[in-house]
Amino acid sequence: MPNRFLIRKNHYFDSVALMRIAAELEGLPGVRRATAVMATEANLELAVAANLVDKSVQAQPNDLLIAVAADDDDSAEAALAVAEDRLDNAGTGGRDGGAAREMEPRSIAMALAGNPQHNLVLVSCPGEYAAAEARKALNLGLNVMMFSDNVAIEDEINLKRIASRKGLMMMGPDCGTAIINGIPLGFANGLGPGPVGVVAASGTGMQQVTSLLSQWGVGISQAIGTGGRDLNSRVGGITMIQGLEALAKDPETEAIVLISKPPSADVARKVVAAARAANKPVVVNFLGAERAPNDNQVQFAETLEQAAAIACSMVGGTAPVENAADPAVDISGLNGTQKYLRGVYSGGTFCYEAQLIMRDQLGPVWSSTPVDNDHRLTDSWTSRENTVIDLGDDEFTQGRPHPMIDHRTRHERILREAADPETAVILFDVVLGHGAHGDPAGEIAASIDEARAIAGADGRKLIFVGFVCGTDLDPQNLARQVETLRSAGVVVEASNAAASRRAASLIQAIAAPSP
Amino acid sequence: MNDFQHQTLSIINVGLRSFAENISSVGGAVEHVDWRPPANGDREIGVKLAELINHPAVEAANQVAFDRYAAANPVLVGVGVAARDLPDMEGKTILHAGPPVAWEEMCGPMKGAIIGAAIYEGWADNPEAAEKLAADGAIRFDSCHHHNAVGPMAGIVSPSMPVWIVNNEEHGNRAFCTLNEGLGKVLRFGANSADIIERLKWMETSLAPTLAAALKASGPIEMKPLIAQALHMGDEVHNRNTAGSSLLIKKLVIGALESDASQRDIRDMVAFVAGNDHFFLNISMPCCKAMLDAAHGVKGSSMVTAMARNGVHFGVRVSGLPDRWFTVPAPVVDGLYFPGYSIADAAADLGDSAITETAGLGGFAMAASPAITQFVGGSPSDALIQSRDMRNITIGRNSQFTLPALDFAATAAGIDVRKVVDTGILPVVNTGIAHKEAGIGQIGAGITSAPLDVFIQTIEPLHASVAAAS
Repeated sequence: MPNRFLIRKNHYFDSVALMRIAAELEGLPGVRRATAVMATEANLELAVAANLVDKSVQAQPNDLLIAVAADDDDSAEAALAVAEDRLDNAGTGGRDGGAAREMEPRSIAMALAGNPQHNLVLVSCPGEYAAAEARKALNLGLNVMMFSDNVAIEDEINLKRIASRKGLMMMGPDCGTAIINGIPLGFANGLGPGPVGVVAASGTGMQQVTSLLSQWGVGISQAIGTGGRDLNSRVGGITMIQGLEALAKDPETEAIVLISKPPSADVARKVVAAARAANKPVVVNFLGAERAPNDNQVQFAETLEQAAAIACSMVGGTAPVENAADPAVDISGLNGTQKYLRGVYSGGTFCYEAQLIMRDQLGPVWSSTPVDNDHRLTDSWTSRENTVIDLGDDEFTQGRPHPMIDHRTRHERILREAADPETAVILFDVVLGHGAHGDPAGEIAASIDEARAIAGADGRKLIFVGFVCGTDLDPQNLARQVETLRSAGVVVEASNAAASRRAASLIQAIAAPSP
Repeated sequence: MNDFQHQTLSIINVGLRSFAENISSVGGAVEHVDWRPPANGDREIGVKLAELINHPAVEAANQVAFDRYAAANPVLVGVGVAARDLPDMEGKTILHAGPPVAWEEMCGPMKGAIIGAAIYEGWADNPEAAEKLAADGAIRFDSCHHHNAVGPMAGIVSPSMPVWIVNNEEHGNRAFCTLNEGLGKVLRFGANSADIIERLKWMETSLAPTLAAALKASGPIEMKPLIAQALHMGDEVHNRNTAGSSLLIKKLVIGALESDASQRDIRDMVAFVAGNDHFFLNISMPCCKAMLDAAHGVKGSSMVTAMARNGVHFGVRVSGLPDRWFTVPAPVVDGLYFPGYSIADAAADLGDSAITETAGLGGFAMAASPAITQFVGGSPSDALIQSRDMRNITIGRNSQFTLPALDFAATAAGIDVRKVVDTGILPVVNTGIAHKEAGIGQIGAGITSAPLDVFIQTIEPLHASVAAAS
């Protein structure tokens, strides 16, 4: 085992600095042992005892001794070279220089201590920890938007009650999007400021209404998310009523839109009663719920598109009377086996709304998240007759990213539907905004090409119907995304309602006997 | 949030970093949290921790505890004898560092030191006899902390040993510590040979009376100004006590010369103190103990009042849970080792000296002592960062202890167990490393962190105590 040493005469180094050098040398490849010491009698004895130098070494207490034992000559020489370098360059520019490092906060309380101006916490950590983080925020007097899902309903109720007591807003859990004072939280679209305030228990529902309004030139004052369970009888609409009251007091808000998937009947009544007391016009879109009569104060909309249109007129805007529809779609050339539509959605509310619209035109459709339990697919991965599925549902996202972020699940499903000889129309949504995929239409267009090839090989053609939920202010840009779809031969409608109607009409036309 | 127009949104982002980027891309104010599941992902404890955050009862209790710590005025008043001055020292009692530990469990240096103490006390003639005495249960062992005392390394206190007496003039509580024996082969590292016993006897019969006489003549010494001065002279009063020791001897020499002590005793005393740069450690420690004991026992308080190691366990005491120790296995310190030694030779973390960090000194005052940072291969700028980082886990800052390199910022003090568990930032501890075999002595030094798990343990009992009170 080769040993090497070096001595620097009358060269004083602090013992700690030397220990540091020795530790570094011992970390080098091939180095068994190293010492770096002032050559006092005691230190020399230790070095001799450790077999690093022999007794003949000539050194005085004011001399510096560095010795290594290594596996081979090269390693020993290399180690001494490093030692020389450290001795020569001591004190010139430490790794951290002189710069002071600011630590990123490690907790909500730490962030607040560093900046007392903070007033809202956006929580998107894993659901099992989310309730605790929200609790900390509320305890510290901060509002919460909780994007995280998989939070127990008991926790939700508890958090919302605490928030309500403290006059704080608790948006979520499972609140996908909100826009407060123009700031996008979660998956939000690019929207301009304006007179319409929204409170929504559905993220995509909110995106649809606000995006349509934006495209019609009407901006948003506030868009408050409540989380999907807020209108559940146990939660009791705490956040929606709180949001409604806040918007009622907000001078920037002239009209209010309330959006939810089917609420519990008693909560719906409670919310509508609060809406009637709001002193501002309110549009209510509770999908699939029984409608109360309209009055001057509160109007009920059947679809998200209609809710946007009513809100638009309430603030003096003009919604397009009928969407500028694509030219008539050629359904000739379909194979006789092709009779059904297949909806492959990324947005749950869109999937639900589509089922309601199609039920009126086509009768019940199948789904893994059906509006009536009799039409639940036995196998969610296999469509039958007319089927619309929500690929963003938990069942499809276990261990996979959400289809708004990652297109793979939807790609596979589109190819599967294309291979089914009964498929005539494939319907889909494209959701834009901060946080969504950078070019979702481009991804879908690629799937469509592949799908057409699969069907074509079997002598079939396919009809694609879609819509894009988003605005020209979104990072993906609505106009560009629509153009991408049109280039791929997609029948592009302006809203989910319009796309659903169009898809259903095509199926009706296909079923109708040829004239 | 009921009046939007009066609030500019300022957001704390916990989770997906891209959400923070979205917000800042439109000019929104946002701060991203470097978040990880608190309490090592233990969900139940995480929920209890959340309920304790900004809890009014805990906040109020911490203010009381911290104010008591800050107002404490430790004064060096004399040199006494353990049997006479420490509470509950009757019979064959030996105190040790850290949380209570049984003889069978003790580490090598602690056993060695106890054997030495038994011989020193005349309870045994030789190590074998002393060991038998200990094993037979003839000696009562207890934690220094239970007797208002602290001890470095093994921290052994036996009845005849002289002790420094620090009196907290503000609250009236006292704290004690033995006299520092120097470096090398010393009792606190487990050495127990005849020369060690002889030195202990000399300390008892010559050094202690001389110091006592000197202190009597000079009058009590207020310790906070002296510690503050030492910080400005490059000490952090844990691993570096060069300045503190010098300042002390300056005060004592005049008193000694004015006392009745013999010329020879004075000479020996001065030579001993001047030759031991760590002499001051055994005074800084009881000062910290006196300050922290004043803060101990405030119901609901989450303030740490002691961190202490016995070579087997790392223990923590919390003000609001006064009758309990929280312990985890003591880590082995991955520091820098003297030539010929490595981590394989090291005893697990040992000694009460982490009382200095608990009081906002030691590792918390690292910025005062850049030389010490090299023990972890750091740079002086690391020292500044370390002192600043500690602010994130403390209740407040001690304005009497300031750090020149941080523009004379006050040291972070009063560790809050909630903040430790919530942030995962661990209290830093500067420490010496003992050889695992008795009597070999110090083999290295380093900077280590108090283990997270010991703080996690405190959350449930603290939560229960607050819930029971409200």
